[in-house]
Amino acid sequence: MGSITLKQVTKSFDEVNVIKPLDLEIRDGEFIVFVGPSGCGKSTLLRMIAGLEDTTSGNIEIDGQDATSTPPAKRGLAMVFQSYALYPHMSVRNNIAFPLKRAKVPPAEIEEKIASAARILNLGDYLDRKPGQLSGGQRQRVAIGRAIVRQPSAFLFDEPLSNLDASLRVNMRLEISELHKSLKTTMIYVTHDQVEAMTMADRIAVFNAGVIEQVGTPLELYQYPVNRFVAGFIGSPKMNFIELDTPQEDGATCLGVRPEHIEITESGGLWQGKVGVVEHLGSETFLHVQVEGADTLTVKANGDCALRYGDDVYLGAQPNKILRFDSQGQTIANG
Amino acid sequence: MAIQSSNKSKIIYTLLAWSISAAIFFPIFWTLLTSFKTEAEAISASPSLFMFDWTLENYQDVLARSPYFEHFWNSVVISLGSSLIGLLIAIPAAWSMAFVQTKRTKNLLMWMLSTKMLPPVGVLIPIYLLFRDFDLLDTKLGLVIVMTLINLPIMVWMLYTYFREIPNEILEASRMDGASIKAEIFHVLLPIALPGIASTLLLNVILAWNEAFWTLILTAANAAPLTAFIASYSSPEGLFYAKLSAASAMAIAPILILGWFSQKQLVRGLTFGAVK
Repeated sequence: MGSITLKQVTKSFDEVNVIKPLDLEIRDGEFIVFVGPSGCGKSTLLRMIAGLEDTTSGNIEIDGQDATSTPPAKRGLAMVFQSYALYPHMSVRNNIAFPLKRAKVPPAEIEEKIASAARILNLGDYLDRKPGQLSGGQRQRVAIGRAIVRQPSAFLFDEPLSNLDASLRVNMRLEISELHKSLKTTMIYVTHDQVEAMTMADRIAVFNAGVIEQVGTPLELYQYPVNRFVAGFIGSPKMNFIELDTPQEDGATCLGVRPEHIEITESGGLWQGKVGVVEHLGSETFLHVQVEGADTLTVKANGDCALRYGDDVYLGAQPNKILRFDSQGQTIANG
Repeated sequence: MAIQSSNKSKIIYTLLAWSISAAIFFPIFWTLLTSFKTEAEAISASPSLFMFDWTLENYQDVLARSPYFEHFWNSVVISLGSSLIGLLIAIPAAWSMAFVQTKRTKNLLMWMLSTKMLPPVGVLIPIYLLFRDFDLLDTKLGLVIVMTLINLPIMVWMLYTYFREIPNEILEASRMDGASIKAEIFHVLLPIALPGIASTLLLNVILAWNEAFWTLILTAANAAPLTAFIASYSSPEGLFYAKLSAASAMAIAPILILGWFSQKQLVRGLTFGAVK
């Protein structure tokens, strides 16, 4: 079991409300990602769930039991930190054994669990090394190993991949996703990287300034963002926003269209512009087009796009792919 | 050009460092030399650096006249005792200041340090009277207590600095792993901070070993450490430079040897936190 319910949870540091009253239901076995810009409160909320930060008001329930003031060790959760937080003076074996020793697990069982974790995470050859002798990826595996041997009801990941280089990050992302599929344990994963969020999550909670803007599956968030913030945060490259001088009939003051939904035509379209910087990525090309009467629009084109700096282009988009936002930044439903 | 001028400044700095070190070491060196001279040569108007009659009679006289090993033992008990008890108090204090900070932690630390700025003579009378009333005058226990209290602010400060270097996440991880505060301190914090704890202990042993003000005032015969033993050679009978030097050499030798062997640890400990 590993369901976690947050009821009207808040957190204040002195006068600053870091987390405004917030409700969230995390289902047993799901992989939920908290995503948002730095300082939005996502890590603080994770630490509150872990018990490392006090909750100012509201309740945290784990498996239906109120755990708001339960100490971290008694919550049955395991956490993987951004800096790995391994014990530098202990070997990998002792790092993984530490939570088991604290729980007074019999030595034979400890050995068994270490062996099983080492097998899952490919750590067999490193068990007698100290963390200082391991690479970043190996250290992260040890941190995960230390978490899985406890068989927690949920795993908490606090930006676990941000200290790794790009290619390793992709590998570890897959490994964590596979781990989730095999363990089927609830995982709460904090990141500021929307690509990680989109690729790993069953559901994503988008945070902004201490509130959850939207919770949904990656595709729901991509296709139906509730407001301009979510629309801009999810998707890469970012959605283009076009401010309107005069509001439309439905009250729209801003249009949003994703780079991949803009079509380039040679004769006539919604917008006319001049091609600026062209970024060739091989499989695709990003064009930054300076549109008359608007800002620069980013357009995603095929990898073999032949347009060059200074070319004149017309841009268009399917009407159902254009999002409309009111003056409050809320999405206006397509009617 | 740039290389030349940097070489030049290197030579100047090296010379400067050697001169300062030589100036600092000279009194100790002179004391050592004097301890091997006769009293007449020691006060000679034209002292010779090496060309004198080397003699061990000062050492023989000093050992015959005073119970050196008793004083030595008192010094060991007082310096080591006060440093160990100090650590027992300072470790939990520094742990709470480093990892469970409140708004007033910084003020508390500054206040603790400010007590070191007070001239000891300012609290001489109350401490003397307390010692008299509690029968602590001329006891090792009394000196251990005073030395512990005197050096506690430095110990807390040093340990606080080391502990601050340890990422909080490691301690949080241990909390998530089910460690009690005791387990967190003994299994995680102390092993990681061991080099810092060792240098704190060493420095405080040295400070307590060399402390003279309180030892001279609060001891007479029974608990007198080596500092009091040296002082006994500047007596009403007059100053006997050669014997005084022999006594000084014998008093500082143990701590000098300890310092020599642990200098790497000490320097690392004292500059810990200065460079990240």
